[in-house]
Amino acid sequence: MTATMSVDVYLSHDFAGFSVDAAFSIDSPGITALFGPSGAGKSTIINAIAGLLRPREGRIVINGREVFDSAKNLFVSPRARHAGYVFQDSRLFPHMSVENNLRFGWRRAEQPASETDIAHVVELLGLAPLLARLPARLSGGERGRVALGRALLSSPELLLLDEPLAALDAARKSEILPYLERLRDETRLPMLYVSHSLEEVSRLADNMIVLQSGRIAAQGSVFELMSDLKFALLLGSQPFGSVIDTRVKEHLPNGLTALEFAGGIFLVVKIARSARSRVRVHIRAEDVMLALEEPKAVSANNVLPARIAAVEAQGAAHANIQLACGEVRLVARITQASLARLDLKPGSDVFAIVKSVTVDPQISAV
Amino acid sequence: MLLTPAESQALFLSLRVSLVAVGAALPFAVVTAALLANRRFPAKPVVDGLVHLPLVLPPVVIGYLLLLMLGTRAPVGAWLLHTLGIRFVFSWTGAALASAIITFPFQVRAIRLALESIDAGLGEAAETLGAGWFDRFVNLTLPLALPGILAGAITAFAASLGEFGAIITFVSNIPGETRTLPLAIYSALQAPGGEDEALRLSLISIVLALIGVTLAEIADRRVRASLGR
Repeated sequence: MTATMSVDVYLSHDFAGFSVDAAFSIDSPGITALFGPSGAGKSTIINAIAGLLRPREGRIVINGREVFDSAKNLFVSPRARHAGYVFQDSRLFPHMSVENNLRFGWRRAEQPASETDIAHVVELLGLAPLLARLPARLSGGERGRVALGRALLSSPELLLLDEPLAALDAARKSEILPYLERLRDETRLPMLYVSHSLEEVSRLADNMIVLQSGRIAAQGSVFELMSDLKFALLLGSQPFGSVIDTRVKEHLPNGLTALEFAGGIFLVVKIARSARSRVRVHIRAEDVMLALEEPKAVSANNVLPARIAAVEAQGAAHANIQLACGEVRLVARITQASLARLDLKPGSDVFAIVKSVTVDPQISAV
Repeated sequence: MLLTPAESQALFLSLRVSLVAVGAALPFAVVTAALLANRRFPAKPVVDGLVHLPLVLPPVVIGYLLLLMLGTRAPVGAWLLHTLGIRFVFSWTGAALASAIITFPFQVRAIRLALESIDAGLGEAAETLGAGWFDRFVNLTLPLALPGILAGAITAFAASLGEFGAIITFVSNIPGETRTLPLAIYSALQAPGGEDEALRLSLISIVLALIGVTLAEIADRRVRASLGR
C-alpha cells in the first residue's frame, strides 16, 4: 500500500437548469461521506471521479496521478483509474456466479490480490455460502455484499460507494452496515460514500462533505460537524445529534459498561465489546435535557457538567444548543420557552442530562 | 417412415444449406446489429433500410439480382471464378448464399433487440473493473445477448428451410445440388402423378419444423437458466 493516499477534486458541470461546482481533497483513509439530498450533485461527483462522466471543467487527481484535467484535455478512461465503484443497484453480472463476479475485476487488475486476500474478503463479507450462486438467486443485501467484494478485489486505490444501502429495507440495511464498519476499520482504503441518510453517515463516516444544490455547504470531521449548529440548520427537520468516539473503559458489576471519551464517561447497558475497543456512540439532541443545578435524584445514568458554547434558534419554537463537555461537543434541542426561563446563554454552566446513548450494533459473531 | 434416396437427399441438402446460411451470416448479423443498436450515425437509416430490404423484396428479385452479380459471366462472378475458383451458380453454396441474404434481417432484428435490452450500467461496472471494449463485448454483451442471438438464428434457420424463390432463380433446381425440400415438392407437383410424393415431402417438412421448434424451446430455456432468468 502506498504511504500517502489522496484524492483531489475540482469540477464544474452543467445540466439543464442545474450545475455542480465543487472542490475538495481527501487525504486520509477511512470513509468520507458525500452527504446531501437527492439532486445535490453527489452522483455527478463520484461519477466524474470514476470517469463515467466527463465534467465540463475541472481537475481530478487520485494518489498524485492526474486522471482528468480539462485544461490539458486529459481524460483517463474508467478502466485505468483504479477506482472501485459500488453501485446502488449493485450491477452484478447476471450470467456469472458470485465467484466469477468477485474475480472479474481481480482477473483484470494490474497487481491482482493474492488468494489469501480473496479468502479474506470472502470471510470479511460473509460470502462463502454464496460463491456458487447466480446473482438472481441472491437477496438484496447479499447482492450489495457481493458488489462490495467485487470492487474490493479489483485492487482499487479508492472505493466509491453510491448509496449502496438506499435500495434496501431496514432489515437488509442493518445486515450490511456492520460489514461496512468492519471494512472501514480493517482496510486503509480511502472510501467516498454517497448518502442522503444521516443515520448511515453518522454510523460509518469519519469525514463528511455536505452538498446542497451542487455546492459544498459544509465539510469536516463527522464528530465535529454533527455537533455544529450551522449543520443542524442545513438538516432542517431531520433528527440531529452528536457522534462521539469512545473507548470501552470497563464492564461494571451493575450490568452497565463505562465508555470513556475526551469529556468524561458514559454509562450504557452492557455491550459485548472488549475493554479498550473503540465504540462510536450517538446522542440525539432531543435526548439531552439541561439543568442549572446538578440533579440529585434522576433516573438517567449520565449527567455531565458542561458549558454552553453556542445557541441557535431552530424554527419558531426550538433552540439548538452546543455544549462543551471537556474537548467534546454535545448538542441539545430544547424549546425557546425553556431557553428563556433558564436564561441560558453562551458561557452558562449547566448539567447535561443524557436520556439515551445509542451504541451501534455489531455483527454478532466476529 | 422410411425415406427414398431422393427424399433424404432433399432433406439433408435443406439442412446443410440452412445451417451454412445461418452460420455464415451470424457473425455479420452480430456486427450489423451492434452497429445499429444504441447508436446514432448519419447513414443509419440507409444501413437499416438495406438490412431490411430482403424482408420486403420478392425473393425472386433477390435471386435475380444475385444472378446478375454472381453469374459466371457477370463481373463479380467471373472474378470469383477465375481468381478464387469460387462458383455460386448451380451450386448448393449459392443456395446457402441466397438463403443467408433472405434471412439476414431476421437475425439482425432479434440480435439488435437483445443488445438494446442489456442494461448499459453493467458495461459501466465492467469498465470500472478494468474491462476494455472488446473484453466487455466478448464477456458481457455476447453472453447476455445469447437468447436473442439464438432466437434470431432459429428464426432464420426455419425461414431458410422454406426458401424457394431466391434459390430456384439463382441456382436453379438440380437434384442433389440445389433441390432443397421446397424445390423437391415443386418438382413433384410438376411431374404427372407426383401428388403422393409431394405429400410425403410436405410431411417431412412438417416433422422437421416440429423438431426444430421443440429443440429451439429447450435451447432457449437452458440459455435463460444460465443467465439466471
